[in-house]
Amino acid sequence: MSHVVTCREFVDFLDDYLSGSLSEEERAAFNGHLAVCPSCVAYMKTYQASVQLGKAVLTRSEEPVPEEVPEELVRAILAARKQM
Amino acid sequence: MASLKSVVRSAVPMGSLERDLESDASLLSRLRSGEPQAFEMLVRTHTPRLLAVARRLLRNEEDAKDAVQEAFLNAFRALGSFEGASRVSTWLHRIAVNVALMKLRSQRRKPEASIEGLLPAFLEDGHHALHPPEWRDGADVLLERREDREFIRACINELPESHRTVLILRDVEELDPEETARALGVTENVVKVRLHRARQALRSLLEPRFRRGVA
Repeated sequence: MSHVVTCREFVDFLDDYLSGSLSEEERAAFNGHLAVCPSCVAYMKTYQASVQLGKAVLTRSEEPVPEEVPEELVRAILAARKQM
Repeated sequence: MASLKSVVRSAVPMGSLERDLESDASLLSRLRSGEPQAFEMLVRTHTPRLLAVARRLLRNEEDAKDAVQEAFLNAFRALGSFEGASRVSTWLHRIAVNVALMKLRSQRRKPEASIEGLLPAFLEDGHHALHPPEWRDGADVLLERREDREFIRACINELPESHRTVLILRDVEELDPEETARALGVTENVVKVRLHRARQALRSLLEPRFRRGVA
């Protein structure tokens, strides 16, 4: 990528930038853009935070005993197996 | 006479993966011989995690329970063809994801809302139309308050279904792009585009509450 990276391009390829799948040349151009664009720095940080927040809330339960075995469901599954 | 395999095993300590695969192999053999205790152990061990997966995808307790039951019945039927190349837990997880996705597809009745309005806007010269504000805290601090965590969950639920599903499969269930594409019946490129858009849309939905200057 020999041209100057725009904010739109930076945002469009942000996932590739963060996952390290850009070429060395493209990565250098993106780093150059980040060095002069506080808007894209803020966008990238808040994008990363959003990913982290999404993962965190969906993998933890608000219930005190999330790993409790639901007895009724276990019994229903075992009973259904006998009908197979 | 001891086999070479058993001699090597006794000389080299087993890693946890090898131990797990061996205990899976023993469990599978008990399941295939129809031992009721083995089925009960399998169901008791894996139901909580599979139920959590189904709840994330289906958002309805009864549908989630139905999906888990159906997933186990599918697994029991497929016991003979499971070759043990992956962990039993991974195999069950895939089956549960597929059952939940089938249910989601059968429930989809109306066309979903467009995600475009939640994507960032740019000027003609490619600059941001609005400067994205910084947030008041990092993710670790934003996760401390229960009401904030509930807000984040609500924002995820606001995403159009096709994007919410990809976000969950990739970021939470940690399916790779190929598995996700196969499960959804779309191309890997569609998965990649939807995931990026889902994350951007989630960022837009979270911003009004988390931007610096908002209590």
